[in-house]
Amino acid sequence: MSSQFLAVVVLPTAPVTQLVGGSAMAITSRGFSGRRSATDVKLPPGQYLTPDFPVLSAGPTPHVPLEQWEFTIDDGTDVLRRWSWKSFRELPADNITVDVHCVTRWSKLGTSWEGVSLDVLLADVKMDLSYAMFRSYGDYTTNLPLKDVMNKQAWIAFKYDGADLAPEHGGPARLLVPHLYFWKSAKWVKGMTLMPHDKPGFWESLGYHIYGDPWREQRYSGE
Amino acid sequence: MWRVGTVVALHDETDMARTLTLEVPDWPGHVAGQHVDVRLTASDGYSAVRSYSIASAPNPKARVEITVERLANGEVSPYLTQDVAIGDQLELRGPIGGWFVWRPQQTEPIQLIAGGSGIVPLMAMIRSRSSAGGTAPFRLLYSVREPRAVFYGVELQALSNHDSPLKVTYAYTRATPKDWPRPPGRVDAALIANATWPSNLGPRCYVCGPTSFVEAVAGLLAGVGNSPDKIRTERFGPTGDPK
Repeated sequence: MSSQFLAVVVLPTAPVTQLVGGSAMAITSRGFSGRRSATDVKLPPGQYLTPDFPVLSAGPTPHVPLEQWEFTIDDGTDVLRRWSWKSFRELPADNITVDVHCVTRWSKLGTSWEGVSLDVLLADVKMDLSYAMFRSYGDYTTNLPLKDVMNKQAWIAFKYDGADLAPEHGGPARLLVPHLYFWKSAKWVKGMTLMPHDKPGFWESLGYHIYGDPWREQRYSGE
Repeated sequence: MWRVGTVVALHDETDMARTLTLEVPDWPGHVAGQHVDVRLTASDGYSAVRSYSIASAPNPKARVEITVERLANGEVSPYLTQDVAIGDQLELRGPIGGWFVWRPQQTEPIQLIAGGSGIVPLMAMIRSRSSAGGTAPFRLLYSVREPRAVFYGVELQALSNHDSPLKVTYAYTRATPKDWPRPPGRVDAALIANATWPSNLGPRCYVCGPTSFVEAVAGLLAGVGNSPDKIRTERFGPTGDPK
C-alpha cells in the first residue's frame, strides 16, 4: 500500500458509514485504497480487467469429434435446419473483436473470434417465435430472446485468436453473445430450440439472472 | 442486497491464507458449496468486489467463514489476509450458487477432490455433513504443493479419525512429508484408481481447483467410468495455471 494512503490508516478504527449513490449505504473499508485502472476503459459496474482467460464450467469438458458434431435448429417439434461440421464451415463467417464480461467479475477486452452469425443460420427460418433455448454437448442450456441473437449480435464461434477454439473454451464451437454476461455464450453448442415464451436455462435456474445484461448488472435472479 | 458482516475471528491457515469469521445478523443461511461476494470500498467511494467460497457449514449463529488466499498481484486478497482486524465491518452479498452444492439429505457416496485452495467449498461440505450428523460416506483427495500449504489439516485429521465415513488422501505436488510413500507429483490415473470411490458405486464427485487441475481430474474421473453427469466442477484462476 503506497504512502499516500497512510493517513487513512490512522483514522479511528471504527468503519465510517457513508451514503453512496444517494440511497445504498456503503461501509468504507478502513485502510483500503484499491488499485485503479490506469486506463480510461469503461467497464460494466462491478467488473475488473483480466489479461487471462478464466474458465467457468459446471462439469467435465466434453470432447466432441468433428465427424459427430452437428448444429440443429428446431421448434420443439420438428428439426428445421441441420448442419454437419463440414456444411457449417462452408457458411460465410465473420471476424469479430469484442469485449467479454463474465458474471464472476472479470472482463476481457478486445477478444478476437471467427464465427458464423446467427443471421446466417436463421436466414430462411420462419420467425414467429420470440425466444430460443441453446443446447450444448454436456447438457448445458441457456435461454435468449431471439431479438438478442439477430442483427449481428451473436455468432457460433469456432476460432479464438486465430486458432481453433480449445475444448475448455467451448471448442469445437461455442455461442458468442458478447453484449450479455458470458455464461450466455454457451460452450460446446449443438443447437437451438425456438420457443414461444422465455424459460430459464441451466444457470438461470440456479440463481443467475434470466437475461444477464452486464451494464445493468443483472447477475443474480431477483435483481 | 449487500449485508454488513463484522469480523469476529481471524485465523491463519498457512503463510498465504487466512480464514475470516464474519457475524452477519441478517444472514439468510447457506448451503455447503455456495459462495459470497465481498465488497471493499475506499474512502473516495471506489470499490472492488471479489467472490469467495464459504468455508463454514450452515449454522444457527449467522456466522460465515471465508478462507482467502493472498494473490501476489491481488487487489482485494492482500487486504483481507493482512489488513483486516477483528471488529472491522465488511460488506457481503449472497449466498450465491445452486449447482456446486451438497445438502445433508444426499446419501450417495461423495468424492471430493481439491486442488490447493479449492479445498474451501469442499471443507464446507465436510463440515456440513459432520454438523448435520449425515451418513453419506465421504472421501477427500486433496492435492497440495507441500505439507505447510494444507488448509484445515488438524480438523481434517480429527474428523477422519473419529468419523470413519471420511477418508482423506493427500497428494503432494512439490514436496512431501518425510518417508511419504508417493513421490511428489500431480494427481494421476493410478491415484484416482486407488484413492477414489469405484465408479460402480455411483459416487457424486465434486472437483474444485485451478482450471488445469479441474480439467485433468474431471477427465481422469470420467476415464475410470464415472458418468459426466455425476461430476460437478468449480474452476478458478487463469487457464494454463502451472500448478
